[in-house]
Amino acid sequence: MNTLHRGYSKVTNHLFLTCFSLLMLYPVIWWVGASLKKTEEMRLPTIWPEVAMWSNYSKGWNFSAEFSFGHFFANTLMMEFWNVLGGVLTSAIVAYGFARLHFKLRGFWFSILLLTMMLPGQVTIVPQYILYNNLGLVDSYIPLILPHFFGGGAFFVFLLVQFIRGIPRDLDEAAKIDGASVYGIFLRIIFPLIKPALVTVAIFTFIWSWDDFFGQVLYLSSVEKFTVGLALRMFIDQFEIQWGQLLAMSLLSITPSVIVFFLAQKHFVEGISTTGLKG
Amino acid sequence: MRGDGIGVNKVVVSKTSLLTRLSRKKKVNSYENNLAGYVFISPWLIGFLLLTVWPVTQSFYLSFTDYPLLADPVWVGVENYTKIFTKDPLFGKSLAVTFSFVLLSVPLKLFFSLMVAMLLNKSLKGMSLYRTAIYFPSLIGGSIAVSVLWRNMFDLNGYINQVLAWFGIQGVGWITNPSTALGTLVLLNAWQFGSTMVIFLAGLKQIPQELYESASVDGAGKFRKFLNITLPMLSPVVFFNLVLGVIGSFQTFTSAFIITKGGPIHSTYMYALFLYEKAFKHYQMGYASALAWILLAIVASLTAINFLVSRYWVFYETDGGKK
Repeated sequence: MNTLHRGYSKVTNHLFLTCFSLLMLYPVIWWVGASLKKTEEMRLPTIWPEVAMWSNYSKGWNFSAEFSFGHFFANTLMMEFWNVLGGVLTSAIVAYGFARLHFKLRGFWFSILLLTMMLPGQVTIVPQYILYNNLGLVDSYIPLILPHFFGGGAFFVFLLVQFIRGIPRDLDEAAKIDGASVYGIFLRIIFPLIKPALVTVAIFTFIWSWDDFFGQVLYLSSVEKFTVGLALRMFIDQFEIQWGQLLAMSLLSITPSVIVFFLAQKHFVEGISTTGLKG
Repeated sequence: MRGDGIGVNKVVVSKTSLLTRLSRKKKVNSYENNLAGYVFISPWLIGFLLLTVWPVTQSFYLSFTDYPLLADPVWVGVENYTKIFTKDPLFGKSLAVTFSFVLLSVPLKLFFSLMVAMLLNKSLKGMSLYRTAIYFPSLIGGSIAVSVLWRNMFDLNGYINQVLAWFGIQGVGWITNPSTALGTLVLLNAWQFGSTMVIFLAGLKQIPQELYESASVDGAGKFRKFLNITLPMLSPVVFFNLVLGVIGSFQTFTSAFIITKGGPIHSTYMYALFLYEKAFKHYQMGYASALAWILLAIVASLTAINFLVSRYWVFYETDGGKK
């Protein structure tokens, strides 16, 4: 191989990738600057403001007379706690059943599970709303949390099934010889071994429920229970939008997802790719 | 090993599933086995019956009723459907908008994410940094916060027009102009190509390097290798992304709801937004259910067409007699 040529192409690759990364991140960089700008400065094409308006953050935080953003963050995090707990626990249980146990109609139920991934949510949303409405559960977190306790979503079950299938069966067999039941095998062998995949489930659940604006708009109506997303929407609907403050709060609203992502980014991308698309 | 930072795991392929198939023959479906199986899948099964099967059948029934939520549903036969198809101009409009959105954004996203995935598949130092940077917009892209950002940037006095002004181009109000509003939503959708890209990346890692090496020996150039090796080997993954991309973009809601509110003059009035307004603004639950069933029929037929056509372009490695 021509090493000189290779070195040259490496440099161009790096150059191109750096430019491309910057292009992708450009809106975000602009966003950070704009969140510190005065309203008049918003129209200038500069990235960074002349004087950083930190008050955008403090004023935006308290934009609503009744509640501060702290309240909305607390609401959302409380909901997230249950969502993540439900998703992680039940998806692991269901996935173990599909991956390791032999029961009648297993193949049938698994195909149904995969089919539900393709079902548009809009088809079920009206009767679900009516159901929750009849049970008096509209304007509570139950409709948002409950689905996560039913296996956490077909995608996660599928992901974990693929992961469990990759674990050698010898471990199960050895435990069985030692007298462990299927429940014991799940608790002591499989559950600890699938922890990396469960981290993926937790992160995805966290970010997707954070962004599930449709569900939140549908089921939460009193300001007291608003999530961060709904609070931002309330902000937009004001008579005159304070863009600096709004952009500052929007930026804050994505920080939990960003922190979660960076804490566990290795698992995050691995998780998507272990779904085993081929085969 | 190319593992660096966000390494992509080796995907468990058919060998294990062959083993399970063999061992299943030996097992007897005893009572305990059945019981344990159903105990483990019961969370999903209960949820499926309660939150999928029941609502789907219920919405089918409701689609033949007039149901203002506060009063009981009244059977009206196919009236909702005839009204939708013959008297509701918004139905045709929202369908046309959604179809153009899908037709523009799905191919754009597929093409873009495949190109970037091939770029990121090289072994370079610091690749994990690039990957993170490029994935980042997808991480936050679905949130309402980004819709807020988009609304500001594409405003008449927004950032995009200021940049264009440097080049002497007089920008328009991208969001307030009916001919460009949908384009801004397509662009936002394409900006979040991360998960599609990661799936492509996983697929690219699966292609055996020997194929490329022997092609090099035969004197094939880069483009020929892409056309004759990469594309056929990757076609199942392209197909997967295509099917999910079509289904996903049919349901786009947040961006249309926050950035454009369906306007101007319904140029971004997505089907999901139409359905939402019928159900939860006008409380026409029966009418909305009919709309939902029409959506299901459309998405199902598109998926079926995708599967039928896939026979002619998706290439599966032959795997011991399996098709």
